[in-house]
Amino acid sequence: MSSVATKVPRQTKRVGHRARAQRREAVALVIPALLPIIIFSVIPLASGVALGFTDATLKRNAEINFIGFGNFIELLGDHRFWGSFGIGIVWAGSVALLTLVCAMALALLLNSDLRLKGLTRVLALIPWAMPPVVIAIVWRMIYNPNSGPLNGALEVFGIPGVNWLGDFSTALPAVIVVGVWSGIPQTTVLLLAGMQSISAEQHEAAAVDGAGAIRRFWHITLPSLRPIIIAVTALDFIWQFNSFGLIYVLTEGGPGGRTMIPPLFTYLEAFRNREIGYASAMGDVLVIAIMLILSLYLVNQFRQSKGSRA
Amino acid sequence: MTMKRPWYATVLMYAALAMFLFFLGFPLLWLLSASFKSSGELNSLAVNLLPAEWDFSNFGAALERQNLLLAAGNSLFVSIATMVITVLLSMPMAYALARLKGRLRAAGTVWILTSQVFPSILIIIPLFLVLRAISLNDTLLGLILVYVTFTLPFTLWMLQGYVAAIPTELEEAGEMDGASRITILRTIVLPLLAPGLVATAMFTFVSAWNEFFLALVLLQSPELYTLPIALRSFLGAEGQTQLGPLAAGAILATIPSLIIFSILQKKLTGGMLAGAVKG
Repeated sequence: MSSVATKVPRQTKRVGHRARAQRREAVALVIPALLPIIIFSVIPLASGVALGFTDATLKRNAEINFIGFGNFIELLGDHRFWGSFGIGIVWAGSVALLTLVCAMALALLLNSDLRLKGLTRVLALIPWAMPPVVIAIVWRMIYNPNSGPLNGALEVFGIPGVNWLGDFSTALPAVIVVGVWSGIPQTTVLLLAGMQSISAEQHEAAAVDGAGAIRRFWHITLPSLRPIIIAVTALDFIWQFNSFGLIYVLTEGGPGGRTMIPPLFTYLEAFRNREIGYASAMGDVLVIAIMLILSLYLVNQFRQSKGSRA
Repeated sequence: MTMKRPWYATVLMYAALAMFLFFLGFPLLWLLSASFKSSGELNSLAVNLLPAEWDFSNFGAALERQNLLLAAGNSLFVSIATMVITVLLSMPMAYALARLKGRLRAAGTVWILTSQVFPSILIIIPLFLVLRAISLNDTLLGLILVYVTFTLPFTLWMLQGYVAAIPTELEEAGEMDGASRITILRTIVLPLLAPGLVATAMFTFVSAWNEFFLALVLLQSPELYTLPIALRSFLGAEGQTQLGPLAAGAILATIPSLIIFSILQKKLTGGMLAGAVKG
């Protein structure tokens, strides 16, 4: 390095020196934050992935043996896991999609000239700030078969009450409604921010050309929001697929496993059955599955947006 | 925008808005009203939002019965500690991430985004084993360490968005004047970063305050429970739950994050968008 440096003109040498000094400075800045990330995030994650290939249990001083793909072969035939996986997809997919539809409608309303917008904004903020446990408690009260307002309202109309969270057929939809309720605020705020960055001239020009509100939505609002929509739905899907507290407090995965989303299933395997090797293998499978779904979705979306622009 | 709209469209829009208001607002009003109702009224199917008789004993009962006050103290301690440690750790790295061009920055961004995909369970199992090995499981210190781990990636992402918004010309001007790097950071960057730092700190606080899963895994002793865990244990066996105190406790647990969130709302979305654009 130094022998090369002697041959190059002075100007470049000084720049090279500065760049090196800057790099040293950057390293000094990065290390204090990098160390905890490596120790507490990268290493645990790597060992979590690796635990999936072992027979580890929670027993103290238990021997940990490498068993290759043993857990994964067992998982292939574990229909309870795949059932839970399917529930997770239905749960995360429905919540992400319904949240998007509701939030889009709400954002459009909030972006228009209606009154009561301030009140709605405040109300929409609250679920976002609530701890998931509190949200679950609120909705357990609402769904309560013996004292909840939902069955109370049905009774007024003479309709027999439903055990919303306890019935096999209603538990999952009921839980999805709660997921949508808690997801709307954040998505609305993000979509609204995107809408406000669309210039009013674009809309006015289209209106002058005779485009109605619905056409303007399809041809101006929606295309401009596309990157935000893609990012928001993808993130929503991941977050919901990995969420835990809400459903754990609402149903604990019941009735009969009808709301047993994968994080719950894996948690019970790890900390009730104490089979952490097997549970980690489940975690590995989930990561691969999410990444597959996500990349399919993103590739498809980007291809479509390219096609529509051409 | 001034665009003509047929009258029925306006009516439809108000109807839709009213439905949203009801859907979003009713559960909150119900919780509020439940916290002022007597247990007799709570166990009936009556659908009245205003209590027939106001019962103010629920809040006192909530604080007394289940050591909720102790749990609130634990939550406050854990959240503040997590906030301070996370912000101190992420400040230098966020600066480096935002100002660095090249591989390190790309690697950092990829890691931050990837870490969102991994389920918490995959990280908490090995962390649990490590914490148990050094006897830090079932301690608040262990919980704080885990919270810092989990909030750091997102905090970094948020904060580097704020740093990137500060024009480099300002720093270069300082350099021209012969100011040292430390002086530039302290007198130019830090004051401009202050709003971003506040938003990031608040975000970290709320994340820790609301967190449930990791606390559930790590804490076994009831005297160490944080608020969400304590509230969950309130539920107990179905049918024996005292709904009034439960509702009161749930409201008390929401107030701190509600206050912070209302201050934070604008900053948070701004920061997220800045991070998204830059990241």
